[in-house]
Amino acid sequence: MVEQAPAIELKGISKAFGPVQANKNISIRVMPGTIHGIIGENGAGKSTLMSILYGFYKADAGEIFISGKKTEIPDSQAAIAAGIGMVFQHFKLVENFTVLENIILGAEDGGLLTPSLAKARKTLLELEHEYGLNVDPDAVIEELGVGMQQRVEILKALYRQADILILDEPTGVLTPAEADQLFRILDRLRQEGKTIILITHKLREIMEATDTVSVMRRGEMTATVKTSDTSPAELAELMVGRKVLLRVDKTPAQPGDVVLDIKGLRVVDDKGVERIKGIDLQVRAGEIVGIAGVAGNGQSELLEVLGGYAEATGEIRVNGQPLDLSGRYADGRSRRARGIAHVPEDRQREGLIMDFSAWENTAFGYHRDPGYQSGVLLNNAAIRADTEAKMGRFDVRPPNPALAAKNFSGGNQQKIVLAREIERNPDLLLVGQPTRGVDIGAIEFIHQQIVALRDKGKAVLLVSVELEEILALADRVAVMFDGHIMGERLSAETDEKELGLLMAGVSA
Amino acid sequence: MDVMPKWAEVILVPLISLVLAAVLSAIVILAIGEDPVEAVNLMVTGALGSTYGWGYTLYYATNFLFTGLAVSVAFHAGLFNIGGEGQAMLGGLGVALACLFIPWPHWTLALLGASVAAALFGAAWAAIPAFLQAKRGSHIVITTIMFNFIGAAVLNYVLVNLMRPPGSMDPATARFPEVTHLPTLHDILLPLGISFSRSAPANVTFVIALLACVLVWFLLWRTWLGYEIRSYGKSEPGAKYAGISPVVITMIAMLISGALAGLMAINNVMGEAERLVLNAVEGAGFIGIAVALMGRSHPFGVLLAAILFGFLYQGGAELALWTSIPRELIVVIQALVILFTGALDNMVRMPLERLFLMLRRREA
Repeated sequence: MVEQAPAIELKGISKAFGPVQANKNISIRVMPGTIHGIIGENGAGKSTLMSILYGFYKADAGEIFISGKKTEIPDSQAAIAAGIGMVFQHFKLVENFTVLENIILGAEDGGLLTPSLAKARKTLLELEHEYGLNVDPDAVIEELGVGMQQRVEILKALYRQADILILDEPTGVLTPAEADQLFRILDRLRQEGKTIILITHKLREIMEATDTVSVMRRGEMTATVKTSDTSPAELAELMVGRKVLLRVDKTPAQPGDVVLDIKGLRVVDDKGVERIKGIDLQVRAGEIVGIAGVAGNGQSELLEVLGGYAEATGEIRVNGQPLDLSGRYADGRSRRARGIAHVPEDRQREGLIMDFSAWENTAFGYHRDPGYQSGVLLNNAAIRADTEAKMGRFDVRPPNPALAAKNFSGGNQQKIVLAREIERNPDLLLVGQPTRGVDIGAIEFIHQQIVALRDKGKAVLLVSVELEEILALADRVAVMFDGHIMGERLSAETDEKELGLLMAGVSA
Repeated sequence: MDVMPKWAEVILVPLISLVLAAVLSAIVILAIGEDPVEAVNLMVTGALGSTYGWGYTLYYATNFLFTGLAVSVAFHAGLFNIGGEGQAMLGGLGVALACLFIPWPHWTLALLGASVAAALFGAAWAAIPAFLQAKRGSHIVITTIMFNFIGAAVLNYVLVNLMRPPGSMDPATARFPEVTHLPTLHDILLPLGISFSRSAPANVTFVIALLACVLVWFLLWRTWLGYEIRSYGKSEPGAKYAGISPVVITMIAMLISGALAGLMAINNVMGEAERLVLNAVEGAGFIGIAVALMGRSHPFGVLLAAILFGFLYQGGAELALWTSIPRELIVVIQALVILFTGALDNMVRMPLERLFLMLRRREA
């Protein structure tokens, strides 16, 4: 048998951004007709590596071989010409164009649109047939679901005759069922001889979908193994560099009095769209209630209303006292005074001011508390001292209160936010996506802190799009879909499959 | 990690921009057949070579300090206040009303009263665009520009129809009473044994401008209000999360900004002209934008930038007086400085950042 040339071979790729070495001497071989996973923590250099392959960045050193031929990829045009297609985490589609229009965008033949549309329609239908990817060519993008939009992205790449498909965190926005469909599509593509690179941080997907897997850690490729020869525990260890607990150690919850009581809550956003369509929910002292759901089904709005910066109708009581739902922003302060702490979903947009120092961020939201303020002045010295203590207790690295938030890693940024909110010893903690973009090592610590707060008899409302996280952390799970709560389950008595159905809007 | 050390960021970038602007200006002067070295000589001696020159330089600098601080405070709240011109005009009206219609017993009280009036009028003129931005989302850049024109029209109407002394052909108010005249730097420095030019317009307002500089710094970095302003300017979603009201902060920041711009009128209307004339502001409101940009919206940077622009103004006037370099070319030179220090900031910054990166990598 003739030795087949690898579809992609990278040799000694290095790339530095300033003092940060994002990729260090990376080499991989991916054989044609296989699915190759690249797994690693945030900031491990996966995206940089793929950006080099797609021509967004130029490598400082190293060579790229496509099907055995040395190839220079100075820009994305060259990547497309070399047969590489990329499906980004955030789709790059024109929302008010049809599927067909999006497919030919940038790949039109000649100046007239009609003939190229007609030609594209034919090609597209052939492609759809060949790979079993059914999408209506005349549907408008904004009317399609996320899963369908992703198919359009894949078709876009195939239309440009891609033989190598790179998918960057493709399941981040999908329900478990949609993710399964995606993996079936990828399987079909593999059978048709396409080569697929799957970038993800989810161990389960790697185990289910890939043939081989490479692990990246701090810019280096630490291992490349056959998926069938490895285990999730081994991969996790390779990613982090030490043994990690994949499960959260916690005792059964001992729920006490009702702390948070939501009745008939409705939220209409500024565009007039009803985001929350009348929900009832209770969270008791000493329990963690998880809100599961695909992003965009009303979870964010729920947190905003509870945090005091979005308008709502209905009734919310905390410790028996009603909350003002008028959405006047200054309410954020009164919420905090009433023992509601909030770790927002997006720490870089909401939870932190990235240009502010760690100590300024530690006062964020509490800057008018008696301890931090004297008259019109901020008590900078007290805030600094407090920050230093908090950084020590939450193991924030580097423990430098004067460093700007943007210079900390994702995990350490999150620890700064958590330290600020948890150390207030709130009666109710709202947590949104506590471990998004956080490395595995820090995830463990963050989960422990949340459980510790529960064990002190406090109520925790957890919103996460990671089902695994919800199941591991929450005592009770409520699933949100399209502004409704589809059902509540005790996490000990349910599984991903049942929750996945609820997340897709199928009531049991 | 920040790419550049702080000193490079704060000193080197503006300095190189300035040198570039100077080189280009020199080429322009050469092209019209004048001697750039001689021109620099004239500018420096004219603006800094005598107490007379300093008197004018500091007078202009005082104007720019107020408008520069005004723009800076708004910048920190993420708001681009282009309306300094109009706010300073209205501030002038406040000063004129206070000086003409209240019988002040002493200049100190008159100064206090006129300052309050100037700040109130300036703030009031900023309040309407601020309100429209906060409540209606009308873009503050557009509304403040429009309010400059409305302000000019209002002033025109008031001066021509209401405040012009009977029989005068000049669209200006009557001269302010003697008691409201502010001491010039000459008057202030004489008791200290320093002989400062008697005819230069720099006056006690310069001291007030310096005080304003310190107060703005204090406001932004020592008070919780300043903290809220800066937070809102960096991230509106963040501010909402932290319980900081965008409406309140937009209003407060713009009121402070307008008040600072209005305060400029104590210098030019009360301290120099001693009556309110039609075009009293002379573009200082717009120069304030360049001053704030160059000073990185930091009060002390603004101070340095204001003095630089004061120098350019006074030096430019001297140049027009003593050489055949036309007045318009002076504007070109000033525009070049604004262009390089403000608009083309990245042109200097990016190569410098690359240089520092290379240096650092070599060390590593």
